Amino acid sequence: MSDFRAMFVGFPDFNVSENFFPNIDLQDKLNWAEEFIQNVLIPRLPEAVAAHFPVELGTILVMFACAGIFVAVVPLLPLVLVLAERKVAARFQNRTGPMRVGPWGTLQTLADGIKLIFKEDFIPPQGDKLLFLLAPYIIFACSFAVFAAIPFGQSILVSPFNIGIFYIMAISSVIVMGVIMAGWSSNSKWSLLGSLRSAAQIVSYEIPLGLSILTVVMLVESLSMVAIVESQSNGVFSWLIFRTPFTFIAFFIFFISSIAEVNRTPFDLPEAESEIVAGFHTEYSGMRFALFFIAEYANMFAVSAIAVTLFLGGWEGVLPGYDILGGLPGFVIKTLALVFLMMWLRWTLPRLRVDQLMNLCWKYFIPIAFFNILGTGIWGLIFPEDTLVSIIISCAIIYIGLIIAYTIAGRTLAQKPEPQPS
Amino acid sequence: MDFTLTNFIFYGFALMTVGSALLVVTVRNIVHAAFSLMVTLFGVAGLYVFLQADFLAATQVIVYVGGILVLILFGVMMTSGRLEMRIHIERGQLLLGGVVALALLTLLLTVIANTPAWKNLTDDGTELPPTTEKIGELILNGPFLLPFEVVSVLLLVALIGAALISRKEVRD
Repeated sequence: MSDFRAMFVGFPDFNVSENFFPNIDLQDKLNWAEEFIQNVLIPRLPEAVAAHFPVELGTILVMFACAGIFVAVVPLLPLVLVLAERKVAARFQNRTGPMRVGPWGTLQTLADGIKLIFKEDFIPPQGDKLLFLLAPYIIFACSFAVFAAIPFGQSILVSPFNIGIFYIMAISSVIVMGVIMAGWSSNSKWSLLGSLRSAAQIVSYEIPLGLSILTVVMLVESLSMVAIVESQSNGVFSWLIFRTPFTFIAFFIFFISSIAEVNRTPFDLPEAESEIVAGFHTEYSGMRFALFFIAEYANMFAVSAIAVTLFLGGWEGVLPGYDILGGLPGFVIKTLALVFLMMWLRWTLPRLRVDQLMNLCWKYFIPIAFFNILGTGIWGLIFPEDTLVSIIISCAIIYIGLIIAYTIAGRTLAQKPEPQPS
Repeated sequence: MDFTLTNFIFYGFALMTVGSALLVVTVRNIVHAAFSLMVTLFGVAGLYVFLQADFLAATQVIVYVGGILVLILFGVMMTSGRLEMRIHIERGQLLLGGVVALALLTLLLTVIANTPAWKNLTDDGTELPPTTEKIGELILNGPFLLPFEVVSVLLLVALIGAALISRKEVRD
């Protein structure tokens, strides 16, 4: 069981009121914190206290507690992911990676974290001190705010709002502001160049990202993350990636664009080590640098989680009615699989040039994404309901398309002349 | 004024909006002004959320913060070397600006005073239905279809114009 409900069942004399915890009821409530206090907390308090309990203040406290959970748990992700990244990189390069600190080097990131905390917090004297200090917090806060809308399980979500995916897009578009702020206030050309590159890249790739999200929204007819996941509850073939051939393409556009959004190789121009030192966070040190790092890995996890929610069934399992790859564990496994894919790509592909980056976005992804929207609309007209027939046709088209793509790709790659060593 | 969550949120966002808007016009450094504008836009988005216009709030953040403000900052960083500017204001400009500001204030106050729904608005804790569907219906299937399409064409023209202007240098 991966529900909040499960946590409460063991509670002594706790009445799981059907009015409060049924999923739909809870998920439609914007201010569930107030409901929680009114219906769950106050009845449990002694009467003298309950009469004077400040519900408003309590609501704010519950919201702060939710935020606190995220601020406490999410930084643990980088702790694991950084180590995973280094281990994956090492394996790809036939090394062992960090081995000294702890068994198999598992405590390496912790040691690095402690080191970063004790390092000097250097502020460039010529820079803009206020903005320099503020920038990491903006990026950090925005990457954390995204988690508020991600449904980790049927009831494990902070805010079930109606515009979930749109909110995520809005908040993640603010990260650019933090990046520009960091780059400009450092008073360093590397930082400024990095931040301008990053801003151009994020603003560009937001378009195919948004358009591929739109295909999902068109099929589900809702912006709510909960509704999107619930529409995929009939096993693996009802996952939105297999629902139509167009969402299949949209998934790949979404995933590649989100790699570009989080500035990872092959799209890591904003922090290209060989050209501009470390990009927008060149001048940062100590804990502020760590904040950037945490935000980066939290972002990586967040975009994978969004991809899982939108296309790979979210908390819904492979088979309808069974919890295989479902619930919170399933969600995390699917997300981590995508994170691993990102690492795999990072250590396999070389970095793109600026013109290649922009060409890929504007000349390939955006037209394909528009085509996807058109196609999804037509598909929705032909098959207004998802039937067995529509899913079989969809999967057949995907299968044939993959074979054709594989053959064409194989031929074109084979025809390419080998680069001559000069 | 009794302390309620809604009051608290409202005055918080109002303070945020007005305070940072004041900073935008008083601060000398243009980049600081741009970043204060970000706070203002966030405050306005917060007020939209407060009015349960969630879709509008998210659109506000995407369009203004994620798009327009980034472009403003791009422009500032790429063009101006001197960021601290002393702007000389002549008396004629002051007068003209004052007149325009006064006219705008009168207009806004009239609109606020004459909006009937405004006075009847009470906070009884009910949640209004989500606005997304209604907005979509009105824009794509209702009375605002034509204005929406006209605006789209206008934006398309602006886009093509921008592309044309920026490509000119390549041809020379």
